[in-house]
Amino acid sequence: MNLFDIIGPVMVGPSSSHTAGAVKIGYVARRLLGENVVSADIGLYGSFLATGKGHGTDAALVAGILGMKMDDDNIPNSLKIAKEKGIKVRFGKADIKDAHPNSVEIKLVGEHGRQLSIVGESVGGSLINIAKIDGLDANFSGDFPTLIVHNQDQPGHVAEVTGMLAEKSVNIATMQLYRANRGGNAVMVIECDQEVPEKYLEWLKNLDGVNKVTYYSLIEEGENEF
Amino acid sequence: MSFKKLSEITAISEDRKIPFWQVILEDDMKERGATREESMKTMGSMLDTITEADAKYDASIRSASGMAGGDGGKIEAFRMKGNSLIDGFILEVIEKAVKMGESNACMKRIVAMPTAGSCGVIPAVLLTYIKHKNVERERIIEALYVAGGIGEVIATSASISGAEGGCQAEIGSAGAMAAGALAYLEGGGNEEIVHAAALTLKNMLGLTCDPVAGLVEVPCIKRNAAGAVNAVVYSQMAMAGVRSAIEPDEVIESMNRIGRLLPSCLKETGQEGLAITKSAEKITERLSMSWQ
Repeated sequence: MNLFDIIGPVMVGPSSSHTAGAVKIGYVARRLLGENVVSADIGLYGSFLATGKGHGTDAALVAGILGMKMDDDNIPNSLKIAKEKGIKVRFGKADIKDAHPNSVEIKLVGEHGRQLSIVGESVGGSLINIAKIDGLDANFSGDFPTLIVHNQDQPGHVAEVTGMLAEKSVNIATMQLYRANRGGNAVMVIECDQEVPEKYLEWLKNLDGVNKVTYYSLIEEGENEF
Repeated sequence: MSFKKLSEITAISEDRKIPFWQVILEDDMKERGATREESMKTMGSMLDTITEADAKYDASIRSASGMAGGDGGKIEAFRMKGNSLIDGFILEVIEKAVKMGESNACMKRIVAMPTAGSCGVIPAVLLTYIKHKNVERERIIEALYVAGGIGEVIATSASISGAEGGCQAEIGSAGAMAAGALAYLEGGGNEEIVHAAALTLKNMLGLTCDPVAGLVEVPCIKRNAAGAVNAVVYSQMAMAGVRSAIEPDEVIESMNRIGRLLPSCLKETGQEGLAITKSAEKITERLSMSWQ
């Protein structure tokens, strides 16, 4: 938390958790997909399901999916904008259990056929946690450039990734490791203080034992990287 | 953010002979690696955003629930008639607080300070002050640092979330922040700033968070007026030399303990208080929605 979490953020109301946090979850999902959305299947859970309509949570999530940020004047019009763009949006009850009270499951399909599913939690203020990506644990805030590596549970992968980051002078803010079972699927979630250059992400993707690399950048699409 | 107590801020201020607001500014520069200009520019943009939000208030719109909207316009019309019991300054504080709360409920852009539900308190006090007093922009920005410092201490050592601490943590905190800011603007030093904050918070202890249908509307919007008016009342008392008998940091500690003791049915869960009245049930039923 910093001073401008207290005097701020600038946001469209009415609720930091049910509106601003929801925009952010939608936004992170859109960025992770990496292309324009053609269909969004949105499952609400807990308080999002119970009070979301009155808080504009539906409009907020769709605004984020359209690439809007939490201070965008157009958030209340997002459902209309999505319709005009021919984006299919479906709301329902999330098929998840024992989740955070403000949770949402978003399944996106992009214009080039790419698919992504996330479970996002609005954890208070406008802070969020992306709990799962494509069914696997993730747990990151969307406040840092975040590197998510799915790999085989074998010795050396953490060293390879952290070694690469060290070499590129990328400082690690937080790091988490999970595995499904010994020797099975594992995941590293690394929040960084600097952006990870694109070509090193490519290098990572081609490493033996690395199944998937997902990267969340704070740089806007279309902006120059450095 | 490094301050857990108001006394830590005032100790640095006295030690280094710099004003309260500057301690907060320098802490922000260190925390975010920002320059003085960057930090003050960001704070200035918060002032611009609340100014714009107040100016753009639209009395004709209603919130998605249909419960909120239009009251700010009624208060403004009443104030313009000029035969109110209270003077123009206080009535305008009330009006601006309600307007901002309504704008928030109607999905307009606001600044959460410290939260969206309490977003009307500090702007009501500061924007009315700007209108009635000849005050430089710089000084209002400095007052926002004062408010921010008080808010940081409360957030760190207690809470600014209704779900955690009840409404005392939202409107109470906003009131304390606004009171400190106002004491500063009126020429108060550290003593006046922290006692204005303490007196305000002390008189909002125990406030529950029991909003109707879980929305940031009833009673939140009108309670912004209470927080803002309290800030004026107690900053004036502090300027008159009145002091809180309880040390300001102890008031914040009390708020934290009371917040923990409040049962969860009174902390933004909609299970008690105003939220389960007959009137509220009728509204909730009407709003019960289907997600197709």
